[in-house]
Amino acid sequence: MCGIAGIIHRDASSDIGTEMSRMLQSMKHRGPDSTGYALFGPGRHDQVVIRFKLADANDPRGFDFSERLERSRMEVESRLHKIGASIERMEGETEYAYRAQIRYEGDVKALADYLENVPGCEVLSLGRSLEIIKDLGDAEEVANLYQLSGFQGTHAIGHVRMATESDVDISGAHPYWAYPFSDVAVVHNGQLTNYFHWKRRLERNGHRFQSECDSEIIAVYLAEKMAEGSDLEKAMHQSLEDLDGVFTYMVVTADALGVAKDAMAAKPLVLYESEELVAMASEEVAIRAIIDREIDTHDPYEGEVLVWTR
Amino acid sequence: MDTVKDRPDTGARRQITYDARGLSEPVAEIPKVSEIHGESARFDAAMLSTRQINMELRWLLAERGVRDITVLNPGAKHSLGVGILQRCKITFEGSLGYFGCGLIDGPEIHITGRVGWASCENMMSGVVVIDKVAGSLAGAAIRGGDLVVHGGVGARTGIDQKGGTIIVAGDAGTLTGFMMQRGRIIICGNAGSNLGDSMYDGTIYVAGSVKSLGIDCVPGEWTDADTEMIERKFSIYGLGTPPPFQKFVCGKQLYNYDILEPAERKLVM
Repeated sequence: MCGIAGIIHRDASSDIGTEMSRMLQSMKHRGPDSTGYALFGPGRHDQVVIRFKLADANDPRGFDFSERLERSRMEVESRLHKIGASIERMEGETEYAYRAQIRYEGDVKALADYLENVPGCEVLSLGRSLEIIKDLGDAEEVANLYQLSGFQGTHAIGHVRMATESDVDISGAHPYWAYPFSDVAVVHNGQLTNYFHWKRRLERNGHRFQSECDSEIIAVYLAEKMAEGSDLEKAMHQSLEDLDGVFTYMVVTADALGVAKDAMAAKPLVLYESEELVAMASEEVAIRAIIDREIDTHDPYEGEVLVWTR
Repeated sequence: MDTVKDRPDTGARRQITYDARGLSEPVAEIPKVSEIHGESARFDAAMLSTRQINMELRWLLAERGVRDITVLNPGAKHSLGVGILQRCKITFEGSLGYFGCGLIDGPEIHITGRVGWASCENMMSGVVVIDKVAGSLAGAAIRGGDLVVHGGVGARTGIDQKGGTIIVAGDAGTLTGFMMQRGRIIICGNAGSNLGDSMYDGTIYVAGSVKSLGIDCVPGEWTDADTEMIERKFSIYGLGTPPPFQKFVCGKQLYNYDILEPAERKLVM
């Protein structure tokens, strides 16, 4: 089933960590397997934030598990130095998930590929201000584990997952970073039926897929369209033609949030717009979790593509 | 005056948490927080869970003999006001979530906000008036009664409808009247694609444009009975003067299964 939520503040920034947690927690019944956040912090033009993991949450813990993680972490550090990045901060959020703040001017794809060559390493997000946090459990558990309360930012999307197409692990959890495009992430509610068709096509163009999850296609598909010079809205309109299946998906970039619904309107979306913010979710209860009064909401129709830019 | 009020005043609104994976509340108690004045009652649902709200409604109707209930702050919770089988009047001052007022037989319900997906699913009789919009699957499989939506509706309105009337003052999404078997759908705005797809019977009226007709849905012949019915419904629900409608019915081409493939038919012909 899955539940998705998005919020974008038109001007100000806000505690999007807490807001997204409350929205996602109220939709726990739509997907209790894993929860993910894509948050846009303040960001700096000369800084890159990388969120990566070196093992999955439910990997078997052998006797050398911690040692292996430590070796991998040191390897990541040395590779960052080798590729010409200077590390400002690097901290372990959990024993397997890390956040690194670096200065780097080079090619993003080269950096991501180089790091992912380290055994067990997966780059969850990479960008000036995008941070993807995802783990098993409900929104409160993940928010507590990664200390998301108080995360100041401008816009965010989130996802609660009921796994249907692939394993319950962090790789299969949403949001997906649109590798190798910095600051783009996607959450998806639905199933894609021409998944293998697009996966093969995109792999031939040099893209990598970290999971067996069909939703990863959308992120990479949009990234490729935008790399070809298409703008976000155009790429999303094209996706309605190219992607087959049922979906409501949301995409965030450094300054925009977009949402698209398939031609059958098979998956829900409730939308609330005010002068300060735009909030949307699979169910109105999620919006009401952050706006505690009667509000006017509506459901976008089938085949609609909407984009809000800051 | 008979007042039952024992809810502690906590000041700030409490967030309701529950284990969403299993039964929400296997052992809930009737909250009994309503202010009852003779045959009418009102209560604030802000701090109650779905099950508590429904238990309170049942308690008022079955044990307190109340016939007019106002529910404040429903907060877009799911499955509110379901399975009510008495003649009564219920007003929800606010919005409902999914599956609102499903499986009802008899009540007159007024919702001042909007509703989510699958509202009034399987309604047997009664009236539900929604002041704002409704999500997809509004009036799914209803068998009787009137569902009036003053805003627009989502996709698949009146799917599998077996009776009753659905009136939509706004627009309707795709697959309106999908597989409907009886009853009437009146759309005052525009209808989406595949209107009346695979309908067995029943009638759909559309005042605005129709994006496309579904399989076996064809324009129907207008009769005086149509005019009479629409004028009557419009006057009951205060919808003003009816606009001119187009009428759509089942083409009945799918009633009999044609066992010949198109290529085979060519050979036989």
